[in-house]
Amino acid sequence: MRLLSLSAVELGDKIRKKEIGVEEAARAYLQQMKKQEPKVAAYLTVEEEGVLARAREVQKGIDEGRYTSPLAGVPVAVKDNICIEGVRTTCASRILENFVPTYTATAYENLERAGAVLLGKTNMDEFAMGSTTETSAFGITKNPWNPAYVPGGSSGGSCAAVAAGEACAALGSDTGGSIRQPAGYCGVTGIKPTYGTVSRFGLVAYGSSLDQIGPIGKDVRDCAALLEAIASHDPKDSTSMARQDTDFTKGLAGDMKALRIGVPEEYLGEGISPEVKAAVEKALETMRENGAAVEVFPLGMVDYVIPAYYIIAAAEASSNLERFDGVKYGYRAAEYEGLHDMYRRSRSEGFGEEVKRRIMLGSFVLSSGYYDAYYLKALRVKALIKRAFDRAFKKYDVLLAPSAPTTAPRIGESLKDPLQMYLGDIYTVAVNLAGLPGITVPCGLDEKGLPVGLQFIGDCFQEKKILQAACAYEEMRGKWRLAFEREEV
Amino acid sequence: MKKCGENGGLLLSARRCNGMKQYETVIGLEVHVELATKTKIFCGCSTKFGARPNTQTCPICTGMPGALPILNKRVVELALAVGLAANCQINRYCKFDRKNYFYPDNPQNYQISQLYLPICHDGWLEIETEAGKKKIGIHEIHMEEDAGKLVHDEWEDCSLVDYNRSGVPLIEIVSEPDMRNAEEVIAYLEKLRHIIQYLGASDCKLQEGSMRADVNLSVREMGSSSFGTRTEMKNLNSFKAIARAIAGERERQIELLEEGRAVIQETRRWDDNKETSRAMRSKEDAKDYRYFPDPDLLPVSISEKWLEEIRAAQPELREARALRYQRAYGLSAYDADVITESRHMAELFEETAALCKSPKKAANWIMGETFRLIKERNVEPEKVFFTPGHLASLILEVEKGSISNQTAKEVFEKVFDEDVEPLAYIQAHGLQTVEDADLLGEVLDKVIAANEKAVEEFRSGKEKVLGFLVGQVMKEMRGKANAGKVGELLREKLRQ
Repeated sequence: MRLLSLSAVELGDKIRKKEIGVEEAARAYLQQMKKQEPKVAAYLTVEEEGVLARAREVQKGIDEGRYTSPLAGVPVAVKDNICIEGVRTTCASRILENFVPTYTATAYENLERAGAVLLGKTNMDEFAMGSTTETSAFGITKNPWNPAYVPGGSSGGSCAAVAAGEACAALGSDTGGSIRQPAGYCGVTGIKPTYGTVSRFGLVAYGSSLDQIGPIGKDVRDCAALLEAIASHDPKDSTSMARQDTDFTKGLAGDMKALRIGVPEEYLGEGISPEVKAAVEKALETMRENGAAVEVFPLGMVDYVIPAYYIIAAAEASSNLERFDGVKYGYRAAEYEGLHDMYRRSRSEGFGEEVKRRIMLGSFVLSSGYYDAYYLKALRVKALIKRAFDRAFKKYDVLLAPSAPTTAPRIGESLKDPLQMYLGDIYTVAVNLAGLPGITVPCGLDEKGLPVGLQFIGDCFQEKKILQAACAYEEMRGKWRLAFEREEV
Repeated sequence: MKKCGENGGLLLSARRCNGMKQYETVIGLEVHVELATKTKIFCGCSTKFGARPNTQTCPICTGMPGALPILNKRVVELALAVGLAANCQINRYCKFDRKNYFYPDNPQNYQISQLYLPICHDGWLEIETEAGKKKIGIHEIHMEEDAGKLVHDEWEDCSLVDYNRSGVPLIEIVSEPDMRNAEEVIAYLEKLRHIIQYLGASDCKLQEGSMRADVNLSVREMGSSSFGTRTEMKNLNSFKAIARAIAGERERQIELLEEGRAVIQETRRWDDNKETSRAMRSKEDAKDYRYFPDPDLLPVSISEKWLEEIRAAQPELREARALRYQRAYGLSAYDADVITESRHMAELFEETAALCKSPKKAANWIMGETFRLIKERNVEPEKVFFTPGHLASLILEVEKGSISNQTAKEVFEKVFDEDVEPLAYIQAHGLQTVEDADLLGEVLDKVIAANEKAVEEFRSGKEKVLGFLVGQVMKEMRGKANAGKVGELLREKLRQ
């Protein structure tokens, strides 16, 4: 089998068995990047020299027995809102164009300790605000299945990189579907862990109470292995949790016998494209045939999910992004008169339209006189949404949903109508509001040949349940070939 | 000023036109206190004062992207200690909120503070003024982070920012509008300062900014039960400045009202050199802070056990200590009050007293020589560093008669300045009293011979003259004699 087609776990295994060298693997991916980047544009920063130096260092470490993790030597990409010391971290924003952090995100530090080899930093929607990776200040990433389409977002670069064989696995972040939606559009697998499972230290904040870093991989096992590596209780993040059950790779092989699956009826109703609906229903049928008890049920609260999410995320973002002011680092306007003009110009010129839209929305919902009517109310809705899920998980082990109502839209379509774009987050954002884990697995292609994503949603801390279910489904579905593999056939 | 009646006779009663109206001042204070923790409130950087700019900073206290705050537990403990001492209710579940405003000294452009659920609320302190005792209500105490410092370089025409102070823990103590004059305000601040200093929670220095008081002031006609419009006065760096600002602002507001104009609710900056204030620009005083709960920090829940531990560890505060000194050591109320003015002085006194077993003498040395030197050397009582054991051994030496009182005072200066070990110093400099009877005898003879007239007078019954003669001997001996013994010997010799 070709090196690029090996999953991360398989590649790691061959590296440990000395069948493949770490540098050899890194070179293969760099080579693929050269081939695919002109079409896909998944990366913002790649330092070839650094990649090879790191590969040699990891090889030495493996030889000396310092790196023993299953991921040692595996080449990975990292979304550009995750800080790595000495590596430019832009959040795909002009305002951070030349920002080089002096510290490293705990999640990446954990991955580095496992011996992963960093290939580069991937494109994204500016500050993770967007669903298409079109709001990036540094160009649009294309969907490797068809470059006329978006890869989704905001972790579009990371998902496209894996789909195009330009990275063996990647890290993304998910505030309102930003891993699960692009994973669906790109036909890769991505998991958003339970809030608090992966440290947020070093992740440039968008909506702090919703943000989670998570892995994107070729299959469920890869995602489990990456999640196992990056999850940790971090004293540098007050919201990170001490979990004893982060051995996510354990017991993955399973079946679906007697698994109780709930499908929120609202998620198959209005707004869903017939092709997505058909693909999801087919997957449900497969699971049913394999012994799962699938039931459609009313989840409730669905109409309130999008407004609550955009209020809470925008409110937090408006405050989180205040630090980008041209004073300490990042972009400062070339000409200005006095302090306030410097702030105004630097931020007006440094931020893109979508970011400004959310800053304004967030500032508005927090202003005095509106706080109670919007922000507080949204928090109450958030609590009610959590309760709706609590009720559902009394009856079901796992919930199933599409990862988006449609397959990937054409480039240029979405930003014309931001409100419509926001509505596309309907199946993913509730999971963030409730703090739940969710994983997207590809379940088919539409007529245009674009992938459809199937989302497994679990109760808090039930990653293992959804990983097992998704893994079992993968087996029933059969081998899934990524975009670049199909191209080559 | 408008004359009475100009404003429309209907509004002003004749009685009021007969003379100036009587006004009452209503004052509430917002006091910021820097807590004496070793590290900052949300990161591990040092809080030490006076380091080179930006040397005590990290990604957290400079607002770098992706950095997250971690609450320093000690800050909560000190805030609780102050709250308990100020008779507050404790919010056992409290939260941090973000206060959003743009200013370069604030690296995140939001300050982490507490608005919705502050750690302490509804307390009081009792003050004592010439008018008697009075309770001043405390509305709340909350925890927050300090900002950095802007330095305006007029030479280079630029502003620089030092983030060493960014993230230094503060508590803000908000009083009720219960004070009516500067005397009460000063008494309240003194009381607060003593409590906080005794708790070891802060050194509370107004000049250095570790204690900062903003004065909220309004005036109203005497007897009125509603409040007038208040202003907030900032930049008050000493008790004297506070007293002057109160007088100035009261006058300004009364003048406005007398002219029939309205007081505007605003923040004003006091200029103590000019003794006037000016309204701060509205931009410096933007009011919509868009507060919301900080999602990076978990709510703080304070267990009964934790609270109990803090309660149990509360040190004895000033009043209790002063009372104990009166009861246990027989000090006068005045002495006890003076000694307990500073916790450090009180501790010096107490340890000295315990070691020399003579609280009265220890008190005299603290009240006398120690305070004299503090004044002379212009040092703060907190900075006095001699070992109480050294003062105690000096006291014991004097008691034994092995050094004179005069010598003891000289040695004490050395103890005060350099903390010398007094016994070694006395030995090394030969300051002990001379026990040599022959030498003493010679000096006595010499003095008797040189003061025939005085000797005559003594012999004729003028006992008082003995003192003069003893003095002469002591002078000859350069103080190194036991004056009591000299007296005895002289008496003996003169009887012969």
